[in-house]
Amino acid sequence: MPATDSRVFGLMVEFSDPTSLVSAARKSYAEGYRKMDGYSPFPIEELGEALGYHTRGRLPKLVLAGGITGCVSGFALQYWCSVIDYPLNVAGKPLNSWPSFIPITFELTILFASLAAVLGMLGLNGLPRPYHPVFNVPEFRLASRDHFFLCIESKDPKFDFRATRRFLEGLSPGHVYEVAN
Amino acid sequence: MENDPRPPGAEEPFSPPIVAPGYTFATVSDKIGSIVLARGTRFGWVVGFALSFVFLMVLVVSISVLLLRGVGIWGINSPVFWGFDIINFVWWIGIGHAGTLISAILLLLRQTWRTSINRFAEAMTLFAVSCAGLFPLLHMGRPWFFYWMTPYPSTMGVWPNFRSPLVWDVFAVSTYAIVSALFWFVGLLPDLATLRDRSKNRAARIVYGMLAMGWRGSAAHWHRYEVASLLLAGLATPLVVSVHTVVSFDFTIGIIPGWHATIFPPYFVAGAIYAGFAMVLLIAIPLRAVYGLEDFITMQHLRNMAKVLLATSMIVCYGYVMEAFFSWYSGNPYEQFMIVNRMLGPYAWTYWMLLACNLVTPQLLWFGRVRDSIPALFGISLIVSLGMWLERFVIIVTSLSRDFLPSSWGMFYPTRWDFATFLGSIGLFLTLLFLFIRFLPMISIFEMRTILPQAEVDDHASH
Repeated sequence: MPATDSRVFGLMVEFSDPTSLVSAARKSYAEGYRKMDGYSPFPIEELGEALGYHTRGRLPKLVLAGGITGCVSGFALQYWCSVIDYPLNVAGKPLNSWPSFIPITFELTILFASLAAVLGMLGLNGLPRPYHPVFNVPEFRLASRDHFFLCIESKDPKFDFRATRRFLEGLSPGHVYEVAN
Repeated sequence: MENDPRPPGAEEPFSPPIVAPGYTFATVSDKIGSIVLARGTRFGWVVGFALSFVFLMVLVVSISVLLLRGVGIWGINSPVFWGFDIINFVWWIGIGHAGTLISAILLLLRQTWRTSINRFAEAMTLFAVSCAGLFPLLHMGRPWFFYWMTPYPSTMGVWPNFRSPLVWDVFAVSTYAIVSALFWFVGLLPDLATLRDRSKNRAARIVYGMLAMGWRGSAAHWHRYEVASLLLAGLATPLVVSVHTVVSFDFTIGIIPGWHATIFPPYFVAGAIYAGFAMVLLIAIPLRAVYGLEDFITMQHLRNMAKVLLATSMIVCYGYVMEAFFSWYSGNPYEQFMIVNRMLGPYAWTYWMLLACNLVTPQLLWFGRVRDSIPALFGISLIVSLGMWLERFVIIVTSLSRDFLPSSWGMFYPTRWDFATFLGSIGLFLTLLFLFIRFLPMISIFEMRTILPQAEVDDHASH
């Protein structure tokens, strides 16, 4: 069944426990495959390491930027309203009564940082994404229940339909699926 | 003990028995998922929902009458302008705090037992905050002008007074509502994918599919997901402390005797967690019995929550003792009168009932037999919820009714609309809760999978 690369998203192999998936990911990485992804019904720390995600990525920096934006804009809003646009003497307090501005500054810091965390996570993950080729494999339905998958994508320079298939068959015989694009 | 879920040999203190043995990834998923995906609806659910809905309608009627006739239908009048509305606001927002504590603080502290209770506790937070948010809005008299409290460029050219704790409240409570909703949704995402893949009904598959946003459990996604969850937990932890602190500022910034106290922020936060854990128990006990979730919400969970209840009750009671001490030590006659008035004045019965509910009753939890008795825990939680409501009554009404000038003293008598609005808000809370347990998984499925022994990766075998 030879298929051209443009019609095949990749080859997927199925496991029934997390240890086999992590071990397969390590072997594939050692074999030289890089464009691949593991799919599991819950987060597996070792799987990320096996696939080469060693850093926390860009998300923490985004959240920090969100927090700083919220902090600065929160204080600036209150300062501008109370000191510049409509200076109002309340109980003889100074116009820039900064201690009273802290609660709102703090709340907006948290709000912007949280929004950055959630939207950043979704954005970097490319979600929402209603269609993805992996859903074309009927067995993949179980990836959200109790099965574990590893998919080597045809984009990988080392991807060769026959050789890769043979390699994956060696990892979990009889559970290798072709993923249509 | 026959109902002890601990398997033999699992006695080490750091591996609490948090899920009964014998479960697999599939059975955990199916057991929790089937509650939502089952065809037909349980008779008990229909009865419970119908009852809650009746009370929700009471709320709708109360609000309609309020909008037609104004806040005069309530018992508030000079000098007690803060009545049930503010008591209910503080009570509800406090209840919400336990959900965030369980989902954020216990996550950071790596308390894995929180796993099976965090989802519905977070839902409880959201619904409690919705109920809380209603009351300040209704209290305004003209709720349709609520947006005047937000800084927007109006033609009048004026801005909110940012030095006022009431404006801080607007920001604190709305931030809390938004962040709780985000946290809850992020937690639901992988479970929505499970429901999408498991449901046989086309409509359910489309709705859950849209909500799941195409989640496919990719390792790269999980990696960012875990980072985002930890960061959100780290952000929600100071947030939850700040929200009740800001609520307590509504009082402490005022000069009314009994309000102007530095103990208020920590004392309010502890009280919030105390009331919230009582509500988590009140929800967890019927849920586990009705839906047969004793294997997930084990006796160990109930015992742990009972201990949190006991610990926070001690902090709250320390607050009561310090309030009395401060008023004596201050040497201020108004503060000294305040505490005597609480103990012996016209509302003294509420103060003694509050002590009976919040100080005396939780002491029963020192006994292991009480912590092991489900009816006792349910009863104590009910009493604690009442006690925390009374605490806010004592703080608000007793202080306002007797301030500095005897000529301005006056009593507060709640009307039937006060009670109707309060009961109605409980109806709103329960209605939302019933809808939640019918349409969304009440226990986090993917997190339950992670605490099963099979989820461990055997490092020797994988190399």
